[in-house]
Amino acid sequence: MPEVSMTVNGKPAKGQVEGRTLLVEFLRESLGLTGTHVGCDSSQCGACVVHVNGRAVKSCTMFAAEAEGAEVRTIESMAEPDGTLHPIQAAFQAHHGLQCGFCTPGMVMSAAALLAENPKPSEAEIREYLEGNICRCTGYHNIVKAILAASGQDVSAIAAE
Amino acid sequence: MYAFEIDRPATLADAITALGAEEAQALGGGQTLIPALKQRLAAPARLVALSGVAEIKGIRTGADGALCIGGGTTHAEVAAGAGAYPALAALAARIGDPAVRNRGTIGGSLANNDPSACYPAAVLASGATVVTTNREIAADDFFEGMFTTTLEDGEIITEVRFPVPEKANYQKFEQPASRFALVGVFVAKYADGVRVAVTGASEDGVFRWSEAEAALSKDFAPGALEGLSLSGEGMISDLHGSGDYRAHLVAVMTRRAVAAAG
Ligand SMILES: Cc1cc2nc3c(=O)[nH]c(=O)nc-3n(C[C@H](O)[C@H](O)[C@H](O)COP(=O)(O)OP(=O)(O)OC[C@H]3O[C@@H](n4cnc5c(N)ncnc54)[C@H](O)[C@@H]3O)c2cc1C
Ligand code: FES
Ligand code: FES
Repeated sequence: MPEVSMTVNGKPAKGQVEGRTLLVEFLRESLGLTGTHVGCDSSQCGACVVHVNGRAVKSCTMFAAEAEGAEVRTIESMAEPDGTLHPIQAAFQAHHGLQCGFCTPGMVMSAAALLAENPKPSEAEIREYLEGNICRCTGYHNIVKAILAASGQDVSAIAAE
Repeated sequence: MYAFEIDRPATLADAITALGAEEAQALGGGQTLIPALKQRLAAPARLVALSGVAEIKGIRTGADGALCIGGGTTHAEVAAGAGAYPALAALAARIGDPAVRNRGTIGGSLANNDPSACYPAAVLASGATVVTTNREIAADDFFEGMFTTTLEDGEIITEVRFPVPEKANYQKFEQPASRFALVGVFVAKYADGVRVAVTGASEDGVFRWSEAEAALSKDFAPGALEGLSLSGEGMISDLHGSGDYRAHLVAVMTRRAVAAAG
Protein backbone atom coordinates (compact mmCIF):
# COMPACT_ATOMS: atom_id res chain seq x y z
CA MET A 1 0.00 0.00 0.00
CA PRO A 2 1.33 3.45 -0.84
CA GLU A 3 2.20 5.87 1.92
CA VAL A 4 0.72 9.32 2.15
CA SER A 5 2.07 12.22 4.18
CA MET A 6 0.48 15.56 4.95
CA THR A 7 0.28 18.17 7.68
CA VAL A 8 -2.78 17.78 9.86
CA ASN A 9 -3.57 20.53 12.36
CA GLY A 10 0.00 21.77 12.14
CA LYS A 11 1.64 18.39 12.77
CA PRO A 12 3.15 16.00 10.24
CA ALA A 13 1.00 12.92 9.68
CA LYS A 14 1.60 9.88 7.54
CA GLY A 15 0.21 6.45 6.98
CA GLN A 16 -0.51 3.65 4.55
CA VAL A 17 -3.58 4.10 2.40
CA GLU A 18 -5.35 2.24 -0.36
CA GLY A 19 -6.26 4.08 -3.54
CA ARG A 20 -9.88 4.13 -2.41
CA THR A 21 -9.17 5.39 1.13
CA LEU A 22 -11.11 8.61 1.61
CA LEU A 23 -9.54 11.56 3.38
CA VAL A 24 -12.20 11.30 6.09
CA GLU A 25 -11.31 7.63 6.68
CA PHE A 26 -7.64 8.52 6.99
CA LEU A 27 -8.44 11.30 9.49
CA ARG A 28 -10.83 9.26 11.60
CA GLU A 29 -9.44 5.74 11.39
CA SER A 30 -5.70 6.19 10.91
CA LEU A 31 -5.21 9.39 12.90
CA GLY A 32 -8.07 8.91 15.38
CA LEU A 33 -9.42 12.41 14.67
CA THR A 34 -13.07 11.51 15.05
CA GLY A 35 -14.30 15.09 15.34
CA THR A 36 -14.91 15.10 11.60
CA HIS A 37 -18.24 13.35 11.04
CA VAL A 38 -19.66 11.28 8.21
CA GLY A 39 -23.34 12.07 7.80
CA CYS A 40 -24.33 10.97 4.32
CA ASP A 41 -21.14 9.66 2.72
CA SER A 42 -22.60 10.97 -0.54
CA SER A 43 -21.35 14.58 -0.86
CA GLN A 44 -24.63 16.08 0.27
CA CYS A 45 -24.58 17.00 3.96
CA GLY A 46 -21.27 18.72 4.73
CA ALA A 47 -20.77 17.06 8.15
CA CYS A 48 -17.31 16.01 6.90
CA VAL A 49 -16.06 19.48 5.85
CA VAL A 50 -12.38 20.11 6.63
CA HIS A 51 -9.92 22.62 5.18
CA VAL A 52 -7.35 21.46 2.62
CA ASN A 53 -4.80 24.16 1.86
CA GLY A 54 -7.17 26.67 3.40
CA ARG A 55 -10.25 25.71 1.40
CA ALA A 56 -13.37 23.95 2.63
CA VAL A 57 -13.80 20.49 1.09
CA LYS A 58 -15.98 17.49 1.79
CA SER A 59 -13.51 14.96 3.13
CA CYS A 60 -15.85 12.10 2.16
CA THR A 61 -15.42 13.17 -1.46
CA MET A 62 -11.64 13.33 -1.72
CA PHE A 63 -9.11 10.52 -1.63
CA ALA A 64 -6.45 10.58 1.08
CA ALA A 65 -3.80 10.05 -1.61
CA GLU A 66 -4.81 13.38 -3.15
CA ALA A 67 -3.95 15.20 0.08
CA GLU A 68 -0.27 14.25 -0.31
CA GLY A 69 1.78 17.23 0.88
CA ALA A 70 -1.33 19.23 1.77
CA GLU A 71 -2.10 21.31 4.83
CA VAL A 72 -5.25 19.86 6.42
CA ARG A 73 -7.23 21.44 9.26
CA THR A 74 -9.98 19.69 11.15
CA ILE A 75 -12.36 20.72 13.94
CA GLU A 76 -9.78 19.50 16.48
CA SER A 77 -7.57 22.47 15.60
CA MET A 78 -10.16 25.10 16.44
CA ALA A 79 -10.09 25.25 20.25
CA GLU A 80 -6.91 26.35 22.09
CA PRO A 81 -4.79 23.57 23.62
CA ASP A 82 -6.13 24.57 27.06
CA GLY A 83 -9.69 23.94 25.85
CA THR A 84 -10.69 27.59 25.29
CA LEU A 85 -13.20 27.50 22.47
CA HIS A 86 -12.57 29.23 19.16
CA PRO A 87 -14.80 32.34 18.83
CA ILE A 88 -16.99 30.51 16.27
CA GLN A 89 -17.44 27.56 18.64
CA ALA A 90 -18.14 29.91 21.55
CA ALA A 91 -20.77 31.71 19.47
CA PHE A 92 -22.44 28.39 18.55
CA GLN A 93 -22.64 27.66 22.27
CA ALA A 94 -23.89 31.13 23.24
CA HIS A 95 -26.54 31.28 20.51
CA HIS A 96 -27.69 27.65 20.64
CA GLY A 97 -26.33 26.90 17.18
CA LEU A 98 -26.45 23.17 17.86
CA GLN A 99 -28.78 20.57 19.26
CA CYS A 100 -27.58 17.01 18.62
CA GLY A 101 -24.25 18.41 17.40
CA PHE A 102 -23.77 15.97 14.56
CA CYS A 103 -23.54 18.61 11.85
CA THR A 104 -21.57 21.03 14.02
CA PRO A 105 -17.97 20.13 13.03
CA GLY A 106 -18.82 20.72 9.38
CA MET A 107 -20.82 23.86 10.18
CA VAL A 108 -17.93 25.33 12.17
CA MET A 109 -15.34 24.51 9.50
CA SER A 110 -17.56 25.96 6.75
CA ALA A 111 -18.15 29.04 8.88
CA ALA A 112 -14.40 29.43 9.44
CA ALA A 113 -13.78 29.21 5.68
CA LEU A 114 -16.50 31.80 5.05
CA LEU A 115 -15.14 34.27 7.62
CA ALA A 116 -11.61 33.87 6.25
CA GLU A 117 -12.93 34.92 2.81
CA ASN A 118 -15.55 37.37 3.95
CA PRO A 119 -15.03 38.64 7.53
CA LYS A 120 -18.38 40.48 7.77
CA PRO A 121 -20.90 38.44 5.79
CA SER A 122 -24.57 39.39 5.58
CA GLU A 123 -27.25 36.99 6.76
CA ALA A 124 -28.00 36.11 3.13
CA GLU A 125 -24.32 35.45 2.39
CA ILE A 126 -24.09 33.13 5.39
CA ARG A 127 -27.16 31.18 4.32
CA GLU A 128 -25.82 30.86 0.80
CA TYR A 129 -22.39 29.71 1.96
CA LEU A 130 -23.97 27.01 4.12
CA GLU A 131 -25.97 25.57 1.20
CA GLY A 132 -23.95 22.35 1.38
CA ASN A 133 -24.25 21.91 5.16
CA ILE A 134 -27.38 20.16 6.29
CA CYS A 135 -28.73 20.27 9.85
CA ARG A 136 -31.76 18.21 10.82
CA CYS A 137 -32.20 19.79 14.25
CA THR A 138 -31.84 23.52 14.50
CA GLY A 139 -33.70 24.95 11.52
CA TYR A 140 -30.48 26.90 10.79
CA HIS A 141 -31.65 30.11 12.40
CA ASN A 142 -29.37 29.94 15.42
CA ILE A 143 -26.45 28.70 13.31
CA VAL A 144 -26.73 31.80 11.13
CA LYS A 145 -27.05 33.95 14.24
CA ALA A 146 -23.96 32.35 15.80
CA ILE A 147 -21.88 33.00 12.70
CA LEU A 148 -23.05 36.62 12.53
CA ALA A 149 -22.11 37.00 16.20
CA ALA A 150 -18.73 35.33 15.67
CA SER A 151 -18.01 37.88 12.94
CA GLY A 152 -18.54 40.65 15.49
CA GLN A 153 -21.86 41.81 14.09
CA ASP A 154 -24.95 42.77 16.03
CA VAL A 155 -27.51 39.98 16.13
CA SER A 156 -30.17 41.72 18.21
CA ALA A 157 -32.07 42.58 15.00
CA ILE A 158 -32.50 38.90 14.23
CA ALA A 159 -35.48 37.86 16.27
CA ALA A 160 -35.49 34.42 17.86
CA GLU A 161 -38.02 32.91 15.50
CA MET B 1 -16.02 1.00 -3.60
CA TYR B 2 -14.05 -1.65 -5.41
CA ALA B 3 -10.29 -1.39 -4.98
CA PHE B 4 -8.16 0.48 -7.50
CA GLU B 5 -4.72 2.00 -7.81
CA ILE B 6 -4.34 5.76 -7.83
CA ASP B 7 -1.71 7.73 -9.74
CA ARG B 8 -1.00 11.39 -9.21
CA PRO B 9 1.16 12.54 -12.14
CA ALA B 10 2.67 16.03 -12.09
CA THR B 11 2.74 16.56 -15.86
CA LEU B 12 0.29 16.15 -18.69
CA ALA B 13 2.70 13.82 -20.49
CA ASP B 14 2.77 11.48 -17.48
CA ALA B 15 -1.02 11.67 -17.18
CA ILE B 16 -1.43 10.61 -20.82
CA THR B 17 0.93 7.68 -20.29
CA ALA B 18 -0.84 6.62 -17.10
CA LEU B 19 -4.22 6.75 -18.85
CA GLY B 20 -2.87 4.37 -21.46
CA ALA B 21 -3.02 1.55 -18.90
CA GLU B 22 -5.77 -1.05 -18.99
CA GLU B 23 -9.05 0.23 -17.47
CA ALA B 24 -7.59 3.55 -16.36
CA GLN B 25 -9.84 6.56 -15.84
CA ALA B 26 -9.18 10.24 -15.20
CA LEU B 27 -10.09 11.73 -11.83
CA GLY B 28 -10.89 15.45 -11.86
CA GLY B 29 -12.33 16.93 -8.69
CA GLY B 30 -14.08 13.65 -7.90
CA GLN B 31 -17.37 15.41 -7.12
CA THR B 32 -19.22 13.14 -9.52
CA LEU B 33 -16.85 10.22 -9.90
CA ILE B 34 -16.29 9.45 -6.20
CA PRO B 35 -20.05 9.17 -5.46
CA ALA B 36 -20.34 6.97 -8.58
CA LEU B 37 -17.48 4.74 -7.36
CA LYS B 38 -19.15 4.44 -3.95
CA GLN B 39 -22.31 3.22 -5.66
CA ARG B 40 -20.23 0.83 -7.73
CA LEU B 41 -21.49 2.47 -10.90
CA ALA B 42 -17.88 2.60 -12.08
CA ALA B 43 -15.08 0.15 -11.44
CA PRO B 44 -11.81 1.38 -12.96
CA ALA B 45 -8.63 -0.56 -12.19
CA ARG B 46 -6.65 2.66 -11.97
CA LEU B 47 -7.51 6.30 -11.39
CA VAL B 48 -5.26 9.00 -12.76
CA ALA B 49 -5.74 12.11 -10.60
CA LEU B 50 -5.35 15.29 -12.62
CA SER B 51 -5.22 17.56 -9.57
CA GLY B 52 -1.40 17.65 -9.62
CA VAL B 53 -1.13 18.66 -13.29
CA ALA B 54 -0.45 22.42 -13.19
CA GLU B 55 -0.44 22.68 -17.03
CA ILE B 56 -4.21 22.23 -17.22
CA LYS B 57 -5.12 24.73 -14.50
CA GLY B 58 -5.70 28.44 -14.65
CA ILE B 59 -7.32 31.14 -16.76
CA ARG B 60 -5.73 33.15 -19.56
CA THR B 61 -6.73 35.34 -22.48
CA GLY B 62 -6.08 33.78 -25.88
CA ALA B 63 -4.55 35.57 -28.87
CA ASP B 64 -8.03 36.07 -30.39
CA GLY B 65 -9.39 37.53 -27.13
CA ALA B 66 -11.08 34.28 -26.09
CA LEU B 67 -11.21 33.44 -22.38
CA CYS B 68 -9.28 30.17 -22.02
CA ILE B 69 -9.89 28.02 -18.94
CA GLY B 70 -7.70 25.03 -18.15
CA GLY B 71 -9.59 21.73 -17.94
CA GLY B 72 -8.44 21.18 -14.35
CA THR B 73 -9.58 24.60 -13.13
CA THR B 74 -12.05 24.44 -10.24
CA HIS B 75 -15.47 26.08 -10.24
CA ALA B 76 -14.28 28.37 -7.40
CA GLU B 77 -11.29 29.51 -9.47
CA VAL B 78 -13.56 30.30 -12.44
CA ALA B 79 -16.00 32.16 -10.17
CA ALA B 80 -13.13 34.29 -8.87
CA GLY B 81 -11.03 34.61 -12.03
CA ALA B 82 -13.32 34.76 -15.07
CA GLY B 83 -14.19 38.45 -14.64
CA ALA B 84 -13.69 38.99 -18.39
CA TYR B 85 -16.84 36.90 -18.94
CA PRO B 86 -19.12 37.84 -16.02
CA ALA B 87 -22.02 35.52 -16.96
CA LEU B 88 -19.63 32.56 -16.92
CA ALA B 89 -18.11 33.57 -13.57
CA ALA B 90 -21.63 33.92 -12.15
CA LEU B 91 -22.59 30.46 -13.43
CA ALA B 92 -19.54 28.89 -11.76
CA ALA B 93 -20.31 30.72 -8.51
CA ARG B 94 -23.71 28.99 -8.34
CA ILE B 95 -22.68 25.39 -9.00
CA GLY B 96 -23.49 23.19 -6.00
CA ASP B 97 -22.03 24.62 -2.79
CA PRO B 98 -18.64 26.09 -1.76
CA ALA B 99 -17.02 22.72 -0.95
CA VAL B 100 -18.12 21.25 -4.31
CA ARG B 101 -16.79 24.35 -6.08
CA ASN B 102 -13.42 24.01 -4.34
CA ARG B 103 -12.88 20.55 -5.89
CA GLY B 104 -15.05 20.17 -9.00
CA THR B 105 -13.51 21.15 -12.34
CA ILE B 106 -14.77 22.39 -15.69
CA GLY B 107 -13.15 19.45 -17.50
CA GLY B 108 -14.88 16.94 -15.22
CA SER B 109 -18.22 18.63 -15.62
CA LEU B 110 -18.01 18.65 -19.43
CA ALA B 111 -16.69 15.08 -19.70
CA ASN B 112 -19.54 13.93 -17.49
CA ASN B 113 -22.22 15.89 -19.46
CA ASP B 114 -24.89 15.46 -16.82
CA PRO B 115 -28.20 16.50 -18.44
CA SER B 116 -28.74 18.96 -15.56
CA ALA B 117 -25.21 20.39 -15.34
CA CYS B 118 -24.54 24.10 -15.79
CA TYR B 119 -21.28 24.30 -17.78
CA PRO B 120 -22.57 22.45 -20.88
CA ALA B 121 -25.09 25.29 -21.39
CA ALA B 122 -22.34 27.92 -21.23
CA VAL B 123 -20.07 26.01 -23.61
CA LEU B 124 -22.82 25.42 -26.17
CA ALA B 125 -24.27 28.96 -25.97
CA SER B 126 -20.80 30.46 -26.33
CA GLY B 127 -19.82 28.28 -29.26
CA ALA B 128 -16.72 27.46 -27.21
CA THR B 129 -13.95 25.12 -28.30
CA VAL B 130 -13.06 22.12 -26.14
CA VAL B 131 -9.34 21.42 -26.42
CA THR B 132 -8.15 17.90 -25.58
CA THR B 133 -4.91 15.99 -25.62
CA ASN B 134 -5.82 14.86 -29.17
CA ARG B 135 -7.77 17.67 -30.91
CA GLU B 136 -9.94 20.78 -30.79
CA ILE B 137 -13.68 20.09 -30.68
CA ALA B 138 -16.39 22.67 -31.49
CA ALA B 139 -19.12 22.84 -28.84
CA ASP B 140 -21.73 21.86 -31.46
CA ASP B 141 -19.86 18.55 -32.00
CA PHE B 142 -18.91 17.81 -28.39
CA PHE B 143 -22.16 16.85 -26.64
CA GLU B 144 -23.80 13.63 -27.79
CA GLY B 145 -26.74 13.20 -25.42
CA MET B 146 -27.18 12.45 -21.73
CA PHE B 147 -23.85 11.57 -20.06
CA THR B 148 -22.31 11.12 -23.53
CA THR B 149 -19.70 13.17 -25.36
CA THR B 150 -17.41 12.68 -28.32
CA LEU B 151 -14.42 12.13 -25.96
CA GLU B 152 -12.47 8.91 -26.54
CA ASP B 153 -11.00 6.73 -23.80
CA GLY B 154 -7.98 8.37 -22.24
CA GLU B 155 -8.62 11.75 -23.89
CA ILE B 156 -8.13 14.62 -21.42
CA ILE B 157 -9.82 18.02 -21.65
CA THR B 158 -6.91 20.42 -21.31
CA GLU B 159 -8.62 23.74 -22.02
CA VAL B 160 -11.95 25.32 -22.93
CA ARG B 161 -11.85 28.46 -25.11
CA PHE B 162 -14.82 30.82 -24.76
CA PRO B 163 -15.30 33.65 -27.25
CA VAL B 164 -16.47 36.54 -25.03
CA PRO B 165 -19.98 37.74 -26.02
CA GLU B 166 -21.27 41.33 -26.08
CA LYS B 167 -24.00 40.36 -23.63
CA ALA B 168 -24.83 37.13 -21.84
CA ASN B 169 -26.73 35.72 -18.90
CA TYR B 170 -27.43 32.33 -17.32
CA GLN B 171 -30.69 31.68 -15.51
CA LYS B 172 -30.78 28.59 -13.33
CA PHE B 173 -34.03 27.33 -11.87
CA GLU B 174 -32.51 25.34 -9.07
CA GLN B 175 -33.65 21.93 -7.94
CA PRO B 176 -33.07 22.64 -4.25
CA ALA B 177 -32.31 19.08 -3.13
CA SER B 178 -29.59 18.33 -5.68
CA ARG B 179 -28.57 21.97 -6.28
CA PHE B 180 -28.33 21.16 -10.02
CA ALA B 181 -30.48 22.98 -12.57
CA LEU B 182 -34.08 21.81 -12.88
CA VAL B 183 -33.89 23.97 -15.99
CA GLY B 184 -31.07 26.33 -16.93
CA VAL B 185 -30.85 28.66 -19.93
CA PHE B 186 -27.71 30.41 -21.13
CA VAL B 187 -28.18 33.25 -23.63
CA ALA B 188 -25.17 34.82 -25.38
CA LYS B 189 -25.27 37.68 -27.89
CA TYR B 190 -22.40 37.96 -30.36
CA ALA B 191 -21.89 40.39 -33.23
CA ASP B 192 -22.98 37.66 -35.66
CA GLY B 193 -26.05 36.44 -33.76
CA VAL B 194 -27.52 35.10 -30.55
CA ARG B 195 -27.12 31.58 -29.18
CA VAL B 196 -29.46 30.01 -26.62
CA ALA B 197 -28.53 26.75 -24.87
CA VAL B 198 -30.81 24.83 -22.52
CA THR B 199 -29.80 22.37 -19.82
CA GLY B 200 -31.86 20.27 -17.40
CA ALA B 201 -34.79 19.92 -19.77
CA SER B 202 -34.23 17.50 -22.63
CA GLU B 203 -33.78 13.74 -22.48
CA ASP B 204 -31.05 14.29 -25.07
CA GLY B 205 -29.08 16.56 -22.74
CA VAL B 206 -28.06 20.13 -23.46
CA PHE B 207 -29.51 21.61 -26.69
CA ARG B 208 -29.81 24.85 -28.64
CA TRP B 209 -33.25 26.44 -28.97
CA SER B 210 -33.01 27.57 -32.56
CA GLU B 211 -36.38 29.39 -32.85
CA ALA B 212 -35.43 31.58 -29.90
CA GLU B 213 -31.99 32.18 -31.41
CA ALA B 214 -33.53 33.35 -34.71
CA ALA B 215 -36.00 35.67 -32.96
CA LEU B 216 -33.38 37.14 -30.60
CA SER B 217 -30.86 37.62 -33.40
CA LYS B 218 -33.40 39.99 -35.03
CA ASP B 219 -34.42 41.74 -31.82
CA PHE B 220 -32.55 41.11 -28.56
CA ALA B 221 -35.46 41.78 -26.21
CA PRO B 222 -37.73 39.55 -24.08
CA GLY B 223 -40.70 40.60 -26.26
CA ALA B 224 -39.09 38.96 -29.29
CA LEU B 225 -39.83 35.59 -27.64
CA GLU B 226 -43.57 36.18 -27.45
CA GLY B 227 -45.53 33.25 -28.84
CA LEU B 228 -42.50 30.93 -28.91
CA SER B 229 -42.82 27.71 -26.96
CA LEU B 230 -41.35 24.23 -26.85
CA SER B 231 -43.22 20.94 -26.71
CA GLY B 232 -43.05 18.80 -23.58
CA GLU B 233 -42.32 15.80 -25.77
CA GLY B 234 -38.80 14.44 -25.23
CA MET B 235 -38.39 16.57 -22.10
CA ILE B 236 -37.27 14.99 -18.82
CA SER B 237 -40.25 14.03 -16.72
CA ASP B 238 -39.64 13.07 -13.08
CA LEU B 239 -40.96 13.71 -9.59
CA HIS B 240 -39.53 17.23 -9.69
CA GLY B 241 -41.48 18.29 -12.78
CA SER B 242 -43.28 17.00 -15.85
CA GLY B 243 -42.02 17.41 -19.40
CA ASP B 244 -44.63 20.11 -20.03
CA TYR B 245 -43.57 21.96 -16.90
CA ARG B 246 -39.93 21.91 -18.00
CA ALA B 247 -40.85 23.06 -21.51
CA HIS B 248 -42.75 25.98 -19.98
CA LEU B 249 -39.83 26.81 -17.70
CA VAL B 250 -37.43 26.96 -20.66
CA ALA B 251 -39.42 29.83 -22.18
CA VAL B 252 -39.68 31.62 -18.83
CA MET B 253 -35.97 31.29 -18.07
CA THR B 254 -35.02 32.39 -21.59
CA ARG B 255 -37.08 35.58 -21.20
CA ARG B 256 -35.47 36.22 -17.83
CA ALA B 257 -31.99 35.64 -19.21
CA VAL B 258 -32.55 38.12 -22.05
CA ALA B 259 -33.99 40.71 -19.64
CA ALA B 260 -31.05 40.25 -17.24
CA ALA B 261 -28.46 40.41 -20.05
CA GLY B 262 -29.89 43.87 -20.85
C1 LIG C 1 -23.75 18.39 -3.93
C2 LIG C 1 -23.36 18.61 -5.36
C3 LIG C 1 -23.99 19.63 -6.07
C4 LIG C 1 -23.67 19.85 -7.43
N1 LIG C 1 -24.32 20.86 -8.08
C5 LIG C 1 -24.03 21.08 -9.39
C6 LIG C 1 -24.67 22.12 -10.13
O1 LIG C 1 -25.48 22.87 -9.61
N2 LIG C 1 -24.33 22.29 -11.43
C7 LIG C 1 -23.40 21.51 -12.03
O2 LIG C 1 -23.13 21.73 -13.21
N3 LIG C 1 -22.77 20.53 -11.38
C8 LIG C 1 -23.06 20.30 -10.08
N4 LIG C 1 -22.39 19.30 -9.39
C9 LIG C 1 -21.38 18.48 -10.12
C10 LIG C 1 -20.03 19.15 -10.03
O3 LIG C 1 -20.03 20.31 -10.84
C11 LIG C 1 -18.87 18.26 -10.46
O4 LIG C 1 -17.72 18.97 -10.14
C12 LIG C 1 -18.76 17.92 -11.92
O5 LIG C 1 -19.90 17.34 -12.44
C13 LIG C 1 -17.64 16.89 -12.18
O6 LIG C 1 -16.40 17.51 -12.11
P1 LIG C 1 -15.19 16.84 -11.35
O7 LIG C 1 -14.01 17.68 -11.66
O8 LIG C 1 -15.53 16.67 -9.93
O9 LIG C 1 -15.03 15.46 -12.12
P2 LIG C 1 -14.91 13.96 -11.61
O10 LIG C 1 -16.04 13.62 -10.72
O11 LIG C 1 -13.56 13.72 -11.10
O12 LIG C 1 -15.06 13.21 -13.00
C14 LIG C 1 -16.27 13.17 -13.73
C15 LIG C 1 -16.00 12.47 -15.07
O13 LIG C 1 -15.16 13.28 -15.90
C16 LIG C 1 -13.96 12.60 -16.24
N5 LIG C 1 -12.93 13.67 -16.21
C17 LIG C 1 -12.57 14.44 -15.15
N6 LIG C 1 -11.72 15.40 -15.53
C18 LIG C 1 -11.49 15.23 -16.87
C19 LIG C 1 -10.71 15.92 -17.84
N7 LIG C 1 -9.97 17.02 -17.54
N8 LIG C 1 -10.72 15.45 -19.13
C20 LIG C 1 -11.47 14.37 -19.46
N9 LIG C 1 -12.24 13.70 -18.59
C21 LIG C 1 -12.26 14.12 -17.31
C22 LIG C 1 -13.81 11.50 -15.23
O14 LIG C 1 -13.10 10.42 -15.76
C23 LIG C 1 -15.28 11.14 -14.95
O15 LIG C 1 -15.76 10.31 -15.95
C24 LIG C 1 -22.68 19.05 -8.06
C25 LIG C 1 -22.05 18.03 -7.34
C26 LIG C 1 -22.37 17.82 -6.01
C27 LIG C 1 -21.67 16.72 -5.26
S1 FES D 1 -20.49 12.95 4.87
FE1 FES D 1 -19.44 14.12 3.40
S2 FES D 1 -20.98 15.37 2.61
FE2 FES D 1 -22.11 14.09 3.98
S1 FES E 1 -27.55 19.98 15.44
FE1 FES E 1 -28.34 18.02 14.93
S2 FES E 1 -27.90 17.90 12.81
FE2 FES E 1 -27.42 19.94 13.26
